[in-house]
Amino acid sequence: MDALRHLSDKVAVIGVGNTAYGSFPDTDEYGLAAQAFRSAVAECGIDKNEIDGLLVCRIPYYARMGEVLGIDPRWTMTMPPHGRMSGMGIVEAVLALATGQAKYVALLYANIGRSRRVNYGGDESPSVWDSFGFTSPGAAHAMMFRRHMELYGTTTRQLAEVPVAFRHHGSLTPGAVMKTPFTIDDHENARPIVAPLRLLDYCLINDGAVCMILTTSDRARDARQKPVHISGFGGRDSFKTSAIANFNIGFWNDEVEEAGRQAYEMAGVSHADVDALMCYDNFSPTVLFSLEGLGFCPRGEAGRFVEGGTLRLGGKLPTNTDGGHLSNSYMQGWALNVEAVRQLRGDCGERQVPGAEVIQYVQATPCSRSIIYTRR
Amino acid sequence: MTAYSKPLPRLDPLIRPFWEHAKAGRLTVQRCDDCGDRHFPPSPICPACNSDAQSWMPVSGRGTLESWVAFHRAYWPGYQPDLPYDVCLVRLAEGPLLVSNLLGGTEGAKLGAAVEVVFDDVTDTITLPKWKLTRAT
Repeated sequence: MDALRHLSDKVAVIGVGNTAYGSFPDTDEYGLAAQAFRSAVAECGIDKNEIDGLLVCRIPYYARMGEVLGIDPRWTMTMPPHGRMSGMGIVEAVLALATGQAKYVALLYANIGRSRRVNYGGDESPSVWDSFGFTSPGAAHAMMFRRHMELYGTTTRQLAEVPVAFRHHGSLTPGAVMKTPFTIDDHENARPIVAPLRLLDYCLINDGAVCMILTTSDRARDARQKPVHISGFGGRDSFKTSAIANFNIGFWNDEVEEAGRQAYEMAGVSHADVDALMCYDNFSPTVLFSLEGLGFCPRGEAGRFVEGGTLRLGGKLPTNTDGGHLSNSYMQGWALNVEAVRQLRGDCGERQVPGAEVIQYVQATPCSRSIIYTRR
Repeated sequence: MTAYSKPLPRLDPLIRPFWEHAKAGRLTVQRCDDCGDRHFPPSPICPACNSDAQSWMPVSGRGTLESWVAFHRAYWPGYQPDLPYDVCLVRLAEGPLLVSNLLGGTEGAKLGAAVEVVFDDVTDTITLPKWKLTRAT
């Protein structure tokens, strides 16, 4: 397989921005995205009219977005409102920049699902299984986690390590939606939603927006912020059993392994080099599946691997240092990529991973992706 | 009997034969006439070899339990009285994966347990194939 080494470190993130996270019924996707855009442009110090690439995700109409921002790009792409699109969109932006289709790309994500009362199940997302009452991404993850429990003896107390660690991180993150710490016992006592998953295994639904600004590494040298390089990426999709949405009989282990291997080879790093992991956490089991897929522990051993605070700041593998989707904000992977950038800049205050040089993003989803960021 | 208030299958042309067979007490999946691949839900062409030639073929009605969950939240109001209710993932002996309801409770449920189909006539026109654990006799 081509490890795409020639694209390693060719593109850098020079600006990131986000809105406050919460409930904002008086605005819409464009209003939220515009705020995030303005804040990202301001911190990287470029004129917004230099931005000639636009990628929008979960924003209804790209042209309206361009109108709101007052830009006429040379390269435009729109991504659907699925959680797996952040990793995919960032890779597309790298390719647009590396092939000279754009000089500066703004990637915009907005979500107003809280104010619109999005449910993520029932008639919003019809499927062939509705007449059996099977619906929602959470149920699919519960189905996978039950399998994991049966196959490997993983327990819900082990699972609890994931949201407990991320809530601790949320408590250290200014603006995180959920900041009150809880314990493994609290997790055990939380109400079940689709058992074996409980309320505290489910991500938040909140409004907000995120913007990332990427450019080529040579241009990044002139930016106001210290550039964070995109050193590696990889992916593999899994569509053959898509009828059972958000489900994979093998926990996406094979796909994440392949995505991770591509990313490591491209970046020229390995697991031991990774200072922090940013892991798509729509539901807490996804994190266990991702750790096994990437090979931070053998398959089936993620429950034991996370015991005792492995994922906490100061632990063996600090993960989702902003609190992730479970505590910070449901920005569907985008805010995790922003957190990777802020950690590598050393901007994270109380939650800073000391001396962070390599940070990996991963999404175990029907479109599994991994991205490795470095500050070399 | 009160009106059935849970979601019913959408009978689009592609999947209608599945529900017609179910009404007659037959569990079927689509089978490719060219390569023999069996799949469900149905596909306009065979996912394995992309052939057009496909037929609905009965299966044994036996399978293994691959996982199960219990819904404690009703995403449709009609399920509210049933909470919590059990949903199972079944691997048919013939290969395809199906999602359905596990009847009779989850006591004794374990990965790989044998299950067998049970037909539930929920309306005059719709019969849902559900599953129960096969008990040793």
